[in-house]
Amino acid sequence: MHHDLKLDTAGGETPAFNMPHDDPDHPHSLLPSEPALRVKALETILTRKGLIDPAALDAIIDTYENKIGPQNGARVVARAWHDPAFRAALLQDADAILDEMGLNGRQGEHVVVVENTPERHNMVVCTLCSCYPWPLLGIPPGWYKSDAYRARAVREPRKVLAEFGVTLPDETAVRVWDSTAEVRYLVLPMRPEGTEGWSEDALVALVGRDSMIGTALATPASEAPA
Amino acid sequence: MTDTPQRPEPAFEAPWHAQAFALAVHLNESGLFTWPEWVERFSAGLRQAGLSRELNGGDDYFTVWLATLQRLMADQGHTDAGEVERIRQGWAEAYLSTPHGAPVHLPDDVI
Repeated sequence: MHHDLKLDTAGGETPAFNMPHDDPDHPHSLLPSEPALRVKALETILTRKGLIDPAALDAIIDTYENKIGPQNGARVVARAWHDPAFRAALLQDADAILDEMGLNGRQGEHVVVVENTPERHNMVVCTLCSCYPWPLLGIPPGWYKSDAYRARAVREPRKVLAEFGVTLPDETAVRVWDSTAEVRYLVLPMRPEGTEGWSEDALVALVGRDSMIGTALATPASEAPA
Repeated sequence: MTDTPQRPEPAFEAPWHAQAFALAVHLNESGLFTWPEWVERFSAGLRQAGLSRELNGGDDYFTVWLATLQRLMADQGHTDAGEVERIRQGWAEAYLSTPHGAPVHLPDDVI
């Protein structure tokens, strides 16, 4: 997806140093970037001191790269759309529900679910750094961590939403929730029209990550992935 | 505009972001610091770094993350800037002297 929010999310890896003495006949290993080497150094030092277990680091990375992501939050949203009793309970006390679903892991200890309605659109930011409900959405995208989003989401939320391509009716108020180390928020987007009778599994496909942060709406029924 | 669910997008833009991230999570879970303590230091670091230029949330974000971690470990007496620099240099030399494709090891005499 491309949007023209003025948040520079380019970046990526700092280029490795290309040493001028590179010789194709005797190529040495590609030198990682300076920060990559510094992380490695820190890891070496802390491993030698017995403070970390490299296998545990690998497990953490694998979890966030492959296992946990927005599909978890999408399941919660779809179930809330599908089951009114679940929805009521979720809005009342998300922690208990997420506990039952096994979605209460690290950085998800206290989650509040905020519901979008025709009267109010909710949007989540962390002005402090990048607090985010990891068990539900995984690792935050670059733009969520950028200065531009963190500063502007509170100051001019409608403008930021417009840059994401979301234009709300004038009568819809925008409420911005500022996450902290103690409280994380999940937006419950409005259920798209024309999805009456859809199964929970079919509904899941309409719930994208950004719709649960509040910078997008749920996917319309007509655009449902095949 | 709406959001396309589950579009392929890597969780981390670079491997070292993932490693720096995992280090902080692991050390927090080992009890070396609490998460609110981490957030306080990290957000102060972001504020400081954001004074001179606008952070894009990618490399620069994890640069601050790593610096926060390094300082926290130094404040707790587990390492210091000199040691990190020596080991970093050791790794750099190990990469440059290891043939392409072979596993890179840090020589034991780098301390």
